[in-house]
Amino acid sequence: MHRMLHMEPSLCTGCLQCEMACSYEHEGEFNPARSRIRVFEFEHGRTSVPYTCTQCVEAWCMKACPTAAISVNTELGAKLVSPEACVGCKACVSACPFGTIEFNPVSGKVDKCDLCGGDPKCVSACPTDAITYVDAGASGVGRMQASAQQAAQGGAS
Amino acid sequence: MSWQGKILRVNLTSGEITPEPLNMEWASDYIGERGLGTKYLWENMDPKADSMGPDNVLIFATGPLTGTSASTSGRYAVITKGPLTGAIACSNSGGKFGAELKYAGFDLLLVEGRSEKPVYLLIEGDEISLASADKIWGKTVWETDEWIKKQHHNPMLKIATIGIAGERGVRYAAVVNDLHRAAGRSGVGTVMGAKNLKAIAVRGTGGVRVKDPQRFMQVTDEMKNLLAKETGGLTKYGTNAMMDTMQEFGGLPTNNFQEVQFEGYDKIDAKAMLKTDDTGHTNLLTNKACFGCTIACGRIAHIRKDHFTIQNRKEYWHASGGLEYETAFAFGPVVGVDDIDACTFAGYLMNEHGMDPISFGVTLAAAMELYEMGVITTEDTDGVELKFGNAEALTVMAEKTGKQEGFGEILGMGSKLMCEKYGHPELSMTVKGQEFAGYDSRALQGMGLGYATGNRGACHLKHDTFEVDMDDQTGEGKAEPCKTSQDWTAAVDSSGLCMFTMGAWGAPEFAAQLDAGCEGDWTAERLMESGERIWNLERMFNLAAGLTRADDTLPERLLKDPAPSGTAKGRVNELDRMLPEYYDLRGWNEAGEPTEDTLGRLGLS
Repeated sequence: MHRMLHMEPSLCTGCLQCEMACSYEHEGEFNPARSRIRVFEFEHGRTSVPYTCTQCVEAWCMKACPTAAISVNTELGAKLVSPEACVGCKACVSACPFGTIEFNPVSGKVDKCDLCGGDPKCVSACPTDAITYVDAGASGVGRMQASAQQAAQGGAS
Repeated sequence: MSWQGKILRVNLTSGEITPEPLNMEWASDYIGERGLGTKYLWENMDPKADSMGPDNVLIFATGPLTGTSASTSGRYAVITKGPLTGAIACSNSGGKFGAELKYAGFDLLLVEGRSEKPVYLLIEGDEISLASADKIWGKTVWETDEWIKKQHHNPMLKIATIGIAGERGVRYAAVVNDLHRAAGRSGVGTVMGAKNLKAIAVRGTGGVRVKDPQRFMQVTDEMKNLLAKETGGLTKYGTNAMMDTMQEFGGLPTNNFQEVQFEGYDKIDAKAMLKTDDTGHTNLLTNKACFGCTIACGRIAHIRKDHFTIQNRKEYWHASGGLEYETAFAFGPVVGVDDIDACTFAGYLMNEHGMDPISFGVTLAAAMELYEMGVITTEDTDGVELKFGNAEALTVMAEKTGKQEGFGEILGMGSKLMCEKYGHPELSMTVKGQEFAGYDSRALQGMGLGYATGNRGACHLKHDTFEVDMDDQTGEGKAEPCKTSQDWTAAVDSSGLCMFTMGAWGAPEFAAQLDAGCEGDWTAERLMESGERIWNLERMFNLAAGLTRADDTLPERLLKDPAPSGTAKGRVNELDRMLPEYYDLRGWNEAGEPTEDTLGRLGLS
């Protein structure tokens, strides 16, 4: 099954536990600046939106990389950066339309979400289920169902 | 280990900025945040110094667990000598600023001196500077936040700032961070303004490591699960769920503490915030977490666009921080207002201009009583009818005070100085000059003792006697839980975590997280002992500043006028009975001074 990280901003409280879990997993420390997932706030905190790499099937970053440092984990669909091959040229950073691959000034390489080998730590850290790891072929079903319910109620009134 | 091991000393007079190693011995004795900040204050200033002068010191302190994945790990405290009380002031806040300071590599900021011209402190990784605040002096909290981020092309900066109130000497000005979280009480923002320091902007890209990562992750996970089981009410209703409890009990201070129950309480309580009105408007939009917090008690609300406060002011047609219990009390019962949109708007204004809602509301309540007595008239109040229940008076005066215009200049003095000015000191509902929170101490006896002995003046957050107060309404058996919970709360406030976890976590739960996070061999016993040490050091600061036993008291209204209704009808606060017992338990003499034995036992000699 092709799975993906599904974000539900309406459930996000902006606590940043996901950022801490991500940085701890990848860096061994709590450091939101090095987290591969980020939460953004809008209108004085009315909405908090978690955001990370969506693992494009035809990934801009992978195509832009001149040293073939980005490869696909075929089982997970995750795009992985090889630190040995990455030369820190940032071509992928420019190429990514979503900004979800970032240059790390400490390592001189780029960082991106790797789905934690199939057990994404942001998911288990989220206290409100705003981030879930679900079947990519059915990730919209929840919202579709909610919209259908709204439509039905609208029709009934 | 969860310490960065470094503090930043900023001298505003000379402009020198000096990193120093964190004194680990002090961290071991005083835990962090509130306790550690108190120790740094004690060692760096004369308690007799003028709170508004250059010799006062202003400290921003994180705790050992600030910035870790422990739940509620976003706390920092501001510690200084307070302008309302002349006593030690310690006010803590959540949001994201505290953790950011830690990620920038500093456990604590110590600000001394006074800048000749307005400045702001910028910490962007290794680049630290004082920059001219010419363009933001006179700007609101919200404008300042936006301006600094734009100026430095860095939307990731976290900003703690004062508003116009802090610049212009409102005695209860707050330091507001992340737009609507505040170190709100005791005028810590007033001190910042007196130093000509407008804001502190921080971006940190370093990490925080813990002593025993595996144990830390395990224990903090267990603690989060425990918290989730106990705090569902806070998540759903926020702290304003308390309003119904206090109304029913008869502990809800109304019309400047003349009454203890408020007829209109259900128009501004937590349920009212959730209710959809006939136009389809619901006050509450969502709940909101501070950094690391898995409770998320914060409220995000909005105001009806056709409400008189904002109908012609589109700049307020956005969401922002909503009512919590203390703001609902301070804009509601104590001033007799039951208009939820007016209360919410007053809350916006407090954040925007940087003021403590409790002190503002209780000061306005005293002004309303003066007005109803005929001591002041519309000639004094810029034509505004300062009657209890007048929602327009609330919002107009909140804005005038925030901007220091007209009668707002008088309200900005705080209730004590204002009531003295008009010859009616008995109307000031304060201890040591700081206004009461939303609990009447005729109904809640231990609360009264906590207020009277509060080191920063009247405060509901530095002890926890709710359970015993609700069980029995006499002064009996209140001294011990008051003393013990004061010590315990001092420890919690020093950890970097939030006291709203206290319903789920006791000393062993805090100790387990601290011990996995940082050095110090933390146990429940060591935490309690450290808490007592902190409480006594705060007391020593106050005694050295010139406060005495006479300051450990309550206004006559609570000691002599019986509660007119509720479960405590006919009762007054029995402070005379509780206070000697309390001093005795503390190991203080009759003058309220720690004895040599007590100081020796706590390592404070």
